[in-house]
Amino acid sequence: MTAALQPVIVGAGPAGVRAAQTLVAHGVRPVVIDEAPRWGGQIYRQPPPGFTRSKRTLYGFEAGRAEALHSAMTNILDRVDYRPETLVWSAEGGRLDVLSHGRMGTLPYGQLIVATGATDRVLPFPGWTLPGVYTLGAAQVALKYQGCAIGARVVIAGTGPLLYLVAYQYAKAGARVVAVLDTASFKDKALAAPAMLRQPAVFAKGVYYLGWLRAHGVPVHQGVRLVRATGGAQVTAMRWRAGAAEHEVACDAVAFGYALRSETQLADLLGCRFSYNALQRAALPERDGAGRSSVPGVYLAGDGAGIMGADAAEWAGERAALALLADAGKAVDAARAAELEAKLARTAAFRVGLERAFPFPQDWAASAPDELVICRCEEITAGQLRQCVQDTGAREMNRLKALTRVGMGRCQGRTCGVAAAEILAHACAAAPDAVGRLRGQAPIKPLPFAAMARANGEAA
Amino acid sequence: MMERLSADVAIIGGGIMGSSAALFLRRMGLSVVLLERDLCGSRSSGVNFGGVRRQGRPASQLPLSQRAQGLWAQLPQLIGIDGEYLRSGHLKIARSEADLAALESYRERTQDFGMDLQILSARALRERCPWLGRAAVGASLCPDDGQANPRLVSPAFALAARRLGADVREQTRIDEAAHDGTAFVLRSGNALEVRATHLLNCAGAWAGTIAAQFGDAVPMESGHPEMAVTEPLPVFLNFSLGVEGGGVYARQVARGNCVIGGGRGYALDDQRARAQRSGIAALMQQTVDLLPALRNAHIIRTWSGTEGYLPDRQPVLGPSANTPGLIHAFGFAGGGFQLGPAVGAVLADLVQSGRTATPIEAFSVSRFSESPRVATTGPVPSAVV
Repeated sequence: MTAALQPVIVGAGPAGVRAAQTLVAHGVRPVVIDEAPRWGGQIYRQPPPGFTRSKRTLYGFEAGRAEALHSAMTNILDRVDYRPETLVWSAEGGRLDVLSHGRMGTLPYGQLIVATGATDRVLPFPGWTLPGVYTLGAAQVALKYQGCAIGARVVIAGTGPLLYLVAYQYAKAGARVVAVLDTASFKDKALAAPAMLRQPAVFAKGVYYLGWLRAHGVPVHQGVRLVRATGGAQVTAMRWRAGAAEHEVACDAVAFGYALRSETQLADLLGCRFSYNALQRAALPERDGAGRSSVPGVYLAGDGAGIMGADAAEWAGERAALALLADAGKAVDAARAAELEAKLARTAAFRVGLERAFPFPQDWAASAPDELVICRCEEITAGQLRQCVQDTGAREMNRLKALTRVGMGRCQGRTCGVAAAEILAHACAAAPDAVGRLRGQAPIKPLPFAAMARANGEAA
Repeated sequence: MMERLSADVAIIGGGIMGSSAALFLRRMGLSVVLLERDLCGSRSSGVNFGGVRRQGRPASQLPLSQRAQGLWAQLPQLIGIDGEYLRSGHLKIARSEADLAALESYRERTQDFGMDLQILSARALRERCPWLGRAAVGASLCPDDGQANPRLVSPAFALAARRLGADVREQTRIDEAAHDGTAFVLRSGNALEVRATHLLNCAGAWAGTIAAQFGDAVPMESGHPEMAVTEPLPVFLNFSLGVEGGGVYARQVARGNCVIGGGRGYALDDQRARAQRSGIAALMQQTVDLLPALRNAHIIRTWSGTEGYLPDRQPVLGPSANTPGLIHAFGFAGGGFQLGPAVGAVLADLVQSGRTATPIEAFSVSRFSESPRVATTGPVPSAVV
């Protein structure tokens, strides 16, 4: 490795692993930093050592891809500087700030591939803070990582491809899925079918899950609106509306989410330029077809720079690594690079279909009751946000944050930011892109004082 | 199509200085246009530590600070909210006998200003503040000093001024400022022209450029005080804290979050600043020394801002030395939040009558033209709160 070529990859999911593999194949030894104890990312998260569930059980149809990704990393472990259980909490002056095993340190980089992934996109409903209510992603983590279900009688709610996958996984794992509540309608999906057929395998999987659920007697309700979860010490029932009628089902757990949102804080702290993406209803760091950000030497790959799914993340990781190598003067396979870009372009077209099949519930903000808690860290309700807009004329997210504390808690807006922006835009009759986005502020995740006391300066 | 406005007073800068001036001018019945490049109270005025203290200020600032103390007491009547203003008391910690002697000497020198400072021995301090670390050997308490939420208070001054009829224009950048012989003329691109008899330069860290345009060049630098906040914790910190000699300051808000500050951040560009790692590390270390209870807490957010500093760490407050009708108020060196309401009142006095009962001679802009080389008294963001 030359002094000029000193790549660091943040994230060991599909994008990060393929990026690492590509760099290694070109004789370059990257540092790979990951928050998780083992590689695979969220989608191919591995259980702790000693757990013996088969990949088929853990990943279903994706077992082959999971296996391929896991072994890709296994095969290069001796040629990468792999640092699991390491959080990047900020970046400044060509160095990452890291927190690893309770110690703070910094890590210099020459080039950076940001593959930070995604979390659930959360749109709250009354009762969402009751014990027993999880995001879809969290419900999956419980299953994949610990072999636990979130409950015995589970409601799966919201929308997005994950909805049916999680329902299927829970039912297969032996939980009773008492209802799948999809805010998207059957008509949405029918209209989206032509675009979705650009990736027939993915489309077929979706159809399979739905068919399987129906065949196994799992009630699937489409085109619904979530009314409320009820309970005391634990959620006991979920209520929803279909047309004019309200329905309720008893349950002991709810998993919900509305597709995914990108983890963009690191890109923001690195100074990457953002622009609004109407399809994903979010401001995203800009990247060219190869994954170059607006900051020289910083590359973006995978769901962290816009939701494209796991397969695309693998291609984007490889493509970004090729761009990094080419920019550093290394010879790369131009045909392979072009092929990857073509695959990514086809995926982008497919995503249009997917967003149509599982559309964002645009009426959510209008129907959110005033008493609905939007920011659970700071306990800020929709009504408080609306009152602030009315009293102060606030029209911008950072101002709303300053005046109400929304997004000021432990999650720093990672959970509540989407919902708060929707409430704000609706309250001031603005388009969702007109209210701005929360500024990234270090630390990306909370930083313990105890880590400072044991700081060792250089993590490298 | 250029929009044209005229007013008795044009104010550049919608921080707490400019906004409170707008409020007091409207109470006098003068017409006001306030021009803010970004959002009112969103820069230093809105992101500072939130200390509302007199203790520790040089004697020259205490009359102004005392006037502010009186105005803070009327905050809800002035701006319509309480702004989380709390007279918690300000406790200034000594970490050595020499520091304690300095606090005692300060108390002697400032006895005429009604702060009622109380010196606490190490033992008295342990009894009243069992949560303090071993480093504290004594302290000086100012019982009626306190704290407030700058994110709420500073924008509320602008809103209150607007409610009283001030024409507040946010996201309006002034590109040209001049005097054409009869009035000040300000332009924002081709969109807006404002003519006014009086001009108040309250542009914070960016005020030096405007001052220089009117012949009042000042050696102003930008500094970036650094701050951080913890998650909500059980309430234990019943004072706003500082330390003699500076370095760290802390307070706990009603919700339980501990706000801490100290050290310096860095500029991202002309307008934006951010906390930096070396500062965060030092701040965390000093905080745990001062407040061992925070050892198991987390920092959930850090921030900084852009603040103007003059070499003697005193503000410029008063009429231009060269341009009649122009009045400056800037360079508060990280200590302007408490003074803000009084600065607004003084500015209104000066516009109305050309005089003010509050002594401000020490803050004259002409001190720089008379003695161009003034000794620097410390590192840039030394005094914050």
